[in-house]
Amino acid sequence: MSDEPLLKVSNLTKYYGSRLGCADVNFELYPGEVLAIVGESGSGKTTLLNTLSANLEPTSGEALYRMRDESWRNIYELSEAERRFLTRTDWGFVHQNPADGLRMTVSAGANVGERLMAVGDRHYGRIRDTALDWLGRVEIAADRIDDQPRSFSGGMRQRLQIARNLVTGPRLVFMDEPTGGLDVSVQARLLDLLRQLVGELGLSAIVVTHDLAVARLLSHRMMVMKGGHVIEAGLTDRVLDDPREPYTQLLVSSILQV
Amino acid sequence: MTALSVRNLAKTFTMHLRGGISLPVVDNVTFDVAPGECVVLGGPSGAGKSSILKMVYGNYGVDRGAVLIAHDGALVDLASADPRTVLTLRRDAIGYVSQFLRTVPRVSAIDVVAEPLVVRGVDKAEARGRAGELLARLNLPERLWELPPATFSGGEQQRVNIARGFITHHPVLLLDEPTASLDAANRAVVVGMIAQKKREGVAMLGIFHDEEVRAEVADRIVDVTDFAPKVAA
Repeated sequence: MSDEPLLKVSNLTKYYGSRLGCADVNFELYPGEVLAIVGESGSGKTTLLNTLSANLEPTSGEALYRMRDESWRNIYELSEAERRFLTRTDWGFVHQNPADGLRMTVSAGANVGERLMAVGDRHYGRIRDTALDWLGRVEIAADRIDDQPRSFSGGMRQRLQIARNLVTGPRLVFMDEPTGGLDVSVQARLLDLLRQLVGELGLSAIVVTHDLAVARLLSHRMMVMKGGHVIEAGLTDRVLDDPREPYTQLLVSSILQV
Repeated sequence: MTALSVRNLAKTFTMHLRGGISLPVVDNVTFDVAPGECVVLGGPSGAGKSSILKMVYGNYGVDRGAVLIAHDGALVDLASADPRTVLTLRRDAIGYVSQFLRTVPRVSAIDVVAEPLVVRGVDKAEARGRAGELLARLNLPERLWELPPATFSGGEQQRVNIARGFITHHPVLLLDEPTASLDAANRAVVVGMIAQKKREGVAMLGIFHDEEVRAEVADRIVDVTDFAPKVAA
């Protein structure tokens, strides 16, 4: 792991009018590190993710990101063009519902190729080859490259969304309940795939999930949120094996054993 | 010279879901482990042996005290280190063979064993080769190697787990009942592997309920009942 963080978040706060989304969030994320944000619905975890990924403006606080040229920039002070470049190349965002992250009426190959074209690749043959390579890496058969994701199963759509996000070689990927709407068997396959890709590519990732098993499998560190505040944070297995806060103890003890 | 130095560790669990009752587990846990030595934690069930092991690995937080681990020529306190430092120590300095295998869906037994080497940058084919050697030594039938261990028997899973824990060269190795579900032949294999780690200078701290195994591997027994918390009047 590198010795310099990729992202430094300080006092990040988001209000919707007078209603609190999330408050006073502080953390640093290092290259290769996976951070899980867990909590029940309404705890502010999705608000935090959307604010970190610059989809929402914070009410106060800042998030400094180390750009590819090593300069530190507050992501909320970037120009619209700079921010678009970041979200299209250096960042990925995997939505819970693949339809939110894919274009459902263009082919699988175009869904992957589109992000490459956004960064200026114009060579059709090369784009198609890269798309094919990525479909293979997320275990989608090559003969489905010209099919629209509408004809894909939920698990395939989610894998396609992951390929679309990773094709530009991002350094930071945001994931919102990436295994949320999937059958358990499909979840397992996707989790294993995510775990492998994150490890191989040395990605940093921030994963929102309410599933502690997902957090255990994917993340190095976790933050537990309740009522918009981070109430407990630390090494993932420390938080799960030795939860301190009443709410964290409740979460961990509520897991059903099979 | 010590590889692992445990200093005045104290741990109390607060059970918020049970009206906030306090369960003191241990207090003033202090001992050292030298390179090439295997120290075994002794004492009855519930005395806090597993809790001590988990504090040393960082799975449990501590209320007081230090867990000093030799790393890069200095002693680093794992108990107060930030998560990144703990992860670095786990990668380079301290390994853990848990009692139960936490299986990952779809990953084959041989890849489960090879993974700690792969994440350390060893070539995948070479890592799988070393994994195969260990699995063969532990008598895991070769037809099982390419299968995910989720459906394996308890003894088979434990051997996968042991192979995974022993494949790296951590200077400090924690052993949580590694022989609990094994037959006599495989217990003997593990005893041999522990002896080899000692010759390689690895400092080991373990829990062994099997008296025969304990007698064979232990250089010293630390009685955990010495660290029983004084009950407040």
